[in-house]
Amino acid sequence: MHIIDIWRAFRRRPMAMVGLFMLLAVVFVAVFAPWLAPYDPHESIDVTAADILAPPDADHLLGRDDAGKDVLSLLIYGARISLLVGFTASFMSIIIGTTVGLTAGYYGGRVGNTLMRVTDFLMVIPTLPLMLVIISVWGRGIEKIVLVIGILYWTYTARLVRSQVLSVKERKFVLRSRAIGTGHFRIISRHIFPQVLPLIIAQAVLDISTAIIAESSLAFLGLGDPTAISWGMMLNFAFERAISRMAWWFLLPPGIAIVWVSLSLVLIGTAIEDIVNPRLRTHHLFDARKMIARVVGGGAGSPDETLGSGPSSGVEAGEVAG
Amino acid sequence: MQRADYVICKAFFALVTLVVVIVFNFFLFRILPGDPLRALIQNARMDKEAQERIRTQFGLDKVVWLDVDALKKGDVAGAFDTQFTAYVSNLLQGNLGISFAMRQPVSEILAKRVWRTVILLTAGQIMAIVLGISLGLLAAWRRGTRLDTGILLTGLFTWSIPTFFFGIILVIVARGHLPVGMMVTPGLKPEDGWPYWSDVGRHLVLPTITLGVGYLSSYMMVMRSSVVEVLSEDYILTAKAKGMSTVQILRDHAMKNAMLPMITVIALTLGYTVGGAIQVETVFSWPGIGRLIYDAVGKQDFPVLQGTFLLIAISVIAANLVADLLYSVLDPRVKLD
Repeated sequence: MHIIDIWRAFRRRPMAMVGLFMLLAVVFVAVFAPWLAPYDPHESIDVTAADILAPPDADHLLGRDDAGKDVLSLLIYGARISLLVGFTASFMSIIIGTTVGLTAGYYGGRVGNTLMRVTDFLMVIPTLPLMLVIISVWGRGIEKIVLVIGILYWTYTARLVRSQVLSVKERKFVLRSRAIGTGHFRIISRHIFPQVLPLIIAQAVLDISTAIIAESSLAFLGLGDPTAISWGMMLNFAFERAISRMAWWFLLPPGIAIVWVSLSLVLIGTAIEDIVNPRLRTHHLFDARKMIARVVGGGAGSPDETLGSGPSSGVEAGEVAG
Repeated sequence: MQRADYVICKAFFALVTLVVVIVFNFFLFRILPGDPLRALIQNARMDKEAQERIRTQFGLDKVVWLDVDALKKGDVAGAFDTQFTAYVSNLLQGNLGISFAMRQPVSEILAKRVWRTVILLTAGQIMAIVLGISLGLLAAWRRGTRLDTGILLTGLFTWSIPTFFFGIILVIVARGHLPVGMMVTPGLKPEDGWPYWSDVGRHLVLPTITLGVGYLSSYMMVMRSSVVEVLSEDYILTAKAKGMSTVQILRDHAMKNAMLPMITVIALTLGYTVGGAIQVETVFSWPGIGRLIYDAVGKQDFPVLQGTFLLIAISVIAANLVADLLYSVLDPRVKLD
C-alpha cells in the first residue's frame, strides 16, 4: 500500500484527522514556545509568599506553581520536553525493533531464535520497575531517560515486524526475486521492508505516546531530569506540594496536556494501522443487509492482500504500554 | 512436541530469565560508588571491628565476581568465593540486605507489605478483566455501530491517561466522600474484625477504580478482536441456522473460545499492571510495595530498590510460566512456537 493511498484513506476518517490536528497544535506550541509563553520559566524571579500557588489571574492565566512560577509558561515549555522524549525514544525503539524483527524474520534459524528469545525475555521483565532501578542508580538526565525507554520498548515492534516478514518472504515476488539470484540485502531493502513500512509507521506513532507516558510516569515518581521540567515532573511537584491546597490550576493542566498528546497519537496510530491492516469488517451475527451495505460503502474495506490479517490495533495499544 | 517437553522448555526459559535478572540486579547496583552497607555502618558509635564483621557477613571484603589471582594459583573454589556468590547465597537464604532508610532487613519490610499490594492488584485486575471482557464482547457483537466506536474510543482514552493522573483526578473529585489515602483509618486493627475490614474496603475503592479503569483497555481490545474472529467462523453461521439465539451464540461459542487468549493477555500485561500499581500506591499512599519503591527512590534507598525489583520480577516471571502451563492444559492444540 502506497503512502499516498494511506493518506487518502486517513483523510476520510474524522477521528484520525482530529488526532492529527491535536498533534499539530502541540508541535506548534513546542516549536514556538519562546514566543508563546508569557514568561521564561528558566529566569529567576522575585516571589513573595502570596505568589506561591497563587490562583489564576489576568497576568498568570493558569496561576503560579509551588515556586511562584507561571504555570502556563511551564506547560508550554514542557511540550518541548515531552515531544523530544517521545520522538527520540520512539525512533530508537523502532530502529532496534525493526532491525531485530527483519533479521529474525528473514534469516530465521539460530540467529532468529536467539533474537526472539531475547525479545521474549525483555517482554517478561516488568518495564516500569526496571526503568526505576536503572535511572535511580544511573542518575537522572533526559538523555538517560530517552535511552532507557528506547532500549526497553522495542520488543513489540520486533514481534510485529517479524510476523509480517514471515508472511511477506513467502510471497511470489520475493521467491521469484530470490530465484533470479537477488542478494539478501537487496531483497530485504527493496521487497520486504517497503511492505512492512506502513505498519512500522503506525507502530512508531503509537510508540511516541507510550514513550511520553513512560517519561511522565518516571518523572511523576521523582526520577525526572531537574533541568528539563516535563509535564510529568510538574505533576510530581503539584502532587507533592499542591494537592493539599487543591491548586487545580497546577494539578490539572499538565495531566490534561499528557492525555491530549497521547490521545492524539493513539488516534493517528490506530487509524493508520486500521488502514494498512484491515481486519474482518463484519461477522455472522450481523444483519445480512447491513453487511452488504457496509462492504459496499466501507471505504477502505477492500482486503489488502499484501499484508494479510494481523493482530488488532487494540491489542498493540494495550501491549506496548508495558 | 509432547506436553512434557513443552512444560520443560517453558520452565527452562523461566529459569534462565530468572538467572539473568539476578545477575543484572547484582551488577547494576555494584556500579554505584561505595558499597551497599556504607550508609548503614557509618556510625561513630560502631567500632571498626564491628563494621568489618558486618561487611564480612555480606561478603563485601571479597572480590566482585571472580578472583583471578586465586584462579591463577589453581584454587577454583577460592576463585568463586566472591561478592557475587555471597550475594546469591544470601539471596537463597532470603537475605536481601538492609534498608538504608529504615535500618531493617529488606526481606522483613517486603514480607509485611507484599500482601497489601496483592490485595490491591487482585481487586484492580478483577475489575479491569470483568469490565474489559464485558465491553469487548459488547463492542464485538455490535461491531461497526456507534456503540462499538464509543467503546473503542473509551478504551483509547483510558489507555491515554497516565495512571497517576487518573488517580489524582479521583482524589480531587472524591475527596470528602471516600478515603483518598492510606489503607485503613489509624487506630483500627485487624483484631477488630468487621469494622477493620470494611474500613479497608472503603480505602480500597478509589485505588481499585484507578487500576480497574486504567488497565481495562488491553483486555477489552483483545476480547473484542478475538470475539470478532470467532463470530466470523462458519460454525457461527451454522449455529444461527440451527436457530440458536444471539445470546446463546455469544455465550456458548464466542465467550468460550475468546476466553482462552485472555489467559495470555492477563499474564503478559501483569508486568505492566504492576507498573500501574506503583503509581496508584504512590497517589493513594497505599502502604504496599509500590509506595515503598516511591519512598526508596526519594531516599536513594538502594537495597530496598534492589529487593523490590527482584520480588516483582520473580512474581511476573512465575505468573507468566503459570499462564503458559495453564494455556497448554486448556488448549489441546497448543504447540511450542
